[in-house]
Amino acid sequence: MSNTAWETLSDQAIAVSGIVYFLALLAHLVEWSALRGTVPVEVAAATASTRARSSEGSVAVATGPEDEAGAGTGTAESRQRVALFGRLGLLLTMIAAVVHLTSLVGRGMAADPNRVPWGNMYEFTISGTFVVTLMYLVLYRRFSLAWMAPIVVAFVLSMLMVAVIWLHSEVTPLTEALNSYWLVIHVVSAVIATGAFTLGGMTSAMWLLKNRKGDIATGPLARVPSLATLDRVSYRIHAFGFPVWTFAVLITGPIWAHEAWSSYWNWDPKEVWAFITWVVYAAYLHARSTAGWKGKNAAILALVGLATLWFNFIGINFFSTTSQHSYAESAPAIVQPVEASTPSLSAR
Amino acid sequence: MTTRTSAPVEPPPETPERRLGELNPRELGRWLWRQLTSMRTALILLLLLALAAVPGSVIPQEGVDSLKTSRWQADHPTLTPIYEKLSLFSVYDSPWFSAIYILLMISLVGCIIPRTFVYLRAIRTPPPTAPRNLTRLPDHASYGSGESVDEVLQRAREVLQERGYRLRPAQDGDDFVSAERGYLREVGNLVFHLSVVVVLVGFALGSLFGFRGGAVIAEGSTFANTISQYDDFEPGSLFSADQMDPFVFSFDTFDVEWQRTNRGVLARAFNAGLTYTDQPGSDERSYDLRVNHPLTIGDTDVFLIGHGYAPVITVTDGEGNEVYSGPTPFLPQDQSFLSFGVVKSPDAQPGQIGLEGLFYPTFELVEGNPLTIYPDDLNPLLSMSVYTGDLGLDVPTSQSVYVLDKANATQVLNDEGQPLRLDLSIGETATLPDGLGTVTFESVQPWTRIQFSQTPGKELTLLGVVLALIGMCGSLFIRPRRVWVRARAGSDEDGSATMVEVAALDRSGGGDVAPVLEEIGDERRAAPPRAEEKQ
Repeated sequence: MSNTAWETLSDQAIAVSGIVYFLALLAHLVEWSALRGTVPVEVAAATASTRARSSEGSVAVATGPEDEAGAGTGTAESRQRVALFGRLGLLLTMIAAVVHLTSLVGRGMAADPNRVPWGNMYEFTISGTFVVTLMYLVLYRRFSLAWMAPIVVAFVLSMLMVAVIWLHSEVTPLTEALNSYWLVIHVVSAVIATGAFTLGGMTSAMWLLKNRKGDIATGPLARVPSLATLDRVSYRIHAFGFPVWTFAVLITGPIWAHEAWSSYWNWDPKEVWAFITWVVYAAYLHARSTAGWKGKNAAILALVGLATLWFNFIGINFFSTTSQHSYAESAPAIVQPVEASTPSLSAR
Repeated sequence: MTTRTSAPVEPPPETPERRLGELNPRELGRWLWRQLTSMRTALILLLLLALAAVPGSVIPQEGVDSLKTSRWQADHPTLTPIYEKLSLFSVYDSPWFSAIYILLMISLVGCIIPRTFVYLRAIRTPPPTAPRNLTRLPDHASYGSGESVDEVLQRAREVLQERGYRLRPAQDGDDFVSAERGYLREVGNLVFHLSVVVVLVGFALGSLFGFRGGAVIAEGSTFANTISQYDDFEPGSLFSADQMDPFVFSFDTFDVEWQRTNRGVLARAFNAGLTYTDQPGSDERSYDLRVNHPLTIGDTDVFLIGHGYAPVITVTDGEGNEVYSGPTPFLPQDQSFLSFGVVKSPDAQPGQIGLEGLFYPTFELVEGNPLTIYPDDLNPLLSMSVYTGDLGLDVPTSQSVYVLDKANATQVLNDEGQPLRLDLSIGETATLPDGLGTVTFESVQPWTRIQFSQTPGKELTLLGVVLALIGMCGSLFIRPRRVWVRARAGSDEDGSATMVEVAALDRSGGGDVAPVLEEIGDERRAAPPRAEEKQ
């Protein structure tokens, strides 16, 4: 396959994955609308899972939509619908993720020489969203993330739209400074941490919402796990993301910066914001064990951390002109004819 | 306050009367220390640190990009003095930023030292006795067993020991087993916080004793590592000149590949061929300096940062003396390598000559507009305007070599009274009006921007971060747990000889202990359990 063919494949694959994500979102919306009027499942689910746990041992962890939805006390028909659409949404998300991955591979194969698909904003964004989906799918069973499905799918879909509409750029070779194996290590870890923090942020946001509405609510919120469970899931995901983030921005980043820019810490805006994110998440982890800060304030901190993270991921590249990390700059399309009227160049 | 009513009466000396909330200096100190080392203060300091780092990413920083900073300052004459007072152009060296992280460090040290002692005491203490009522703990299970009390407890001990739990030594009459694990969590925690201090020390060493400097070096020239050879040099405050490694290198060749891409022609795989000697008298070695592949000579790291063109320009003044000659680095304005540069010859007679203008690597006139159509030097053209008068070089203030001070200079005009523009190809000479002299464009040489740095303590910093990561993982993933198993002679209502209760407690607050309970239960139980758990 030629490079152009790969690039076309990548572009088409991202469009297809967007459509499939959209279908998945529809499926989940149908699933959730069928839940309207469901009475709180918390108690029922708890007893159900305890029963399962004590009799079958480790299978106790709630197993996806069937289990949780089944615990609702709606009519049999609506229960069935919920389960069906929940499974359908999950299946569609999996298909979309595979197509999404195809697009990433196509991006890498389209470049000459072949490379990892992390050369510009567009590629970072589609990689970051892929990791969000992947982590959601991987953790789906372990943390019973069925409640998160519509949020994740909607988020990934909107980020993909942003990427395709505003950030899309053609495949280009890496600039010289990016041409290093540290790109693989540094960016992989940063993207994984970003994915984890995003999922953790969603959990914290749900915690805040549920905290506001009260632990027991009717309707869709009833399906969301208890505050304690949400808090624990959020902590676990953040606790995974934090060391990975540390590795990305405080170990591999500085090592690479030392090789490419002569100094391991330059106070470059990207570095500053990565550091801010690190500090905020460090504060989150401390806040969880501090009286007066656990719960609400900790959840807010997690969201602040997420905001700094995404601002850094996208915002800095557009707002900061000094960043050595700004890959978003619209480089001249060809070696662009630069006009120079008189060589006085007062406004250079 | 009420005591004040009897004001003139002297209070008895043994018990000095004090107002509510009044503290003597020692108490005040202790109170302040307690406040400073509390987790709440540490949290607020952390958030302050994050907040304080923000301005440095918005306002150009002198230490990061001094050129940009001076331009910004020139554009904002009213804000600049205010910002300067607040050290907003060097946020990360500013007193207020330092104050935050120094307080944070004190708070951290004040927190970890006592915790270390607490920990040392804790590992010498056996796990606590079982609470009276295990079924009151959030995670518990109870079931009947056919075995005797002693057998049950003995089995529990074996199972827990196998799982790495530390057991409370059994005493006569105990009807329970008490076990604990996860002691390393606190070690990880302490290691992490200590490592943060190590990182800070390493970072401080680098910025105090290190230096950063750069030089623009034209192809064919030789560079001896002395401070005078640098274009810019930023030493740390404790840096001494004898730290400079006495190496010498010559910049022999420059290679660059131009690659046509859909985003323009990009410079690929550029490298500078160097021949260097570590110190006078040692062997010559050669190295291809490339981006991402620095050269280390002694304690100094040498980096290739950028490249550009240096037109070789000769200026002859009105009296026929050669007043300027040599490669003049021009700064690339963008990927097309259209470059801007300045020539200053203050010694020219009858008047000083200043040139300012553009260098086109591959010149092409497109619809009357001068353009460069390729970044390689295929058809180089120099296009300069000319100034004469006072170029401001007599005053001993430092002036950028890329800026022409035109405040007291006048632009030279051509015969029609328009600003004169010299358009020169290689080998061409232009004669300036009014007998000022001539300008010749001799040839073009590539230049490279080479960065030099010494960063003492970088290994220490790296070690610190790696230790911090290991410690952090320990403190996040090791789960400290206590498990109790109690066995009592059964009520025999369901035919079992012994009633067994198991309870587990996760002390980190983040864990789910139900699986632990299950595991132990699985191993333990002989009969199907009657579990009652809640989360």
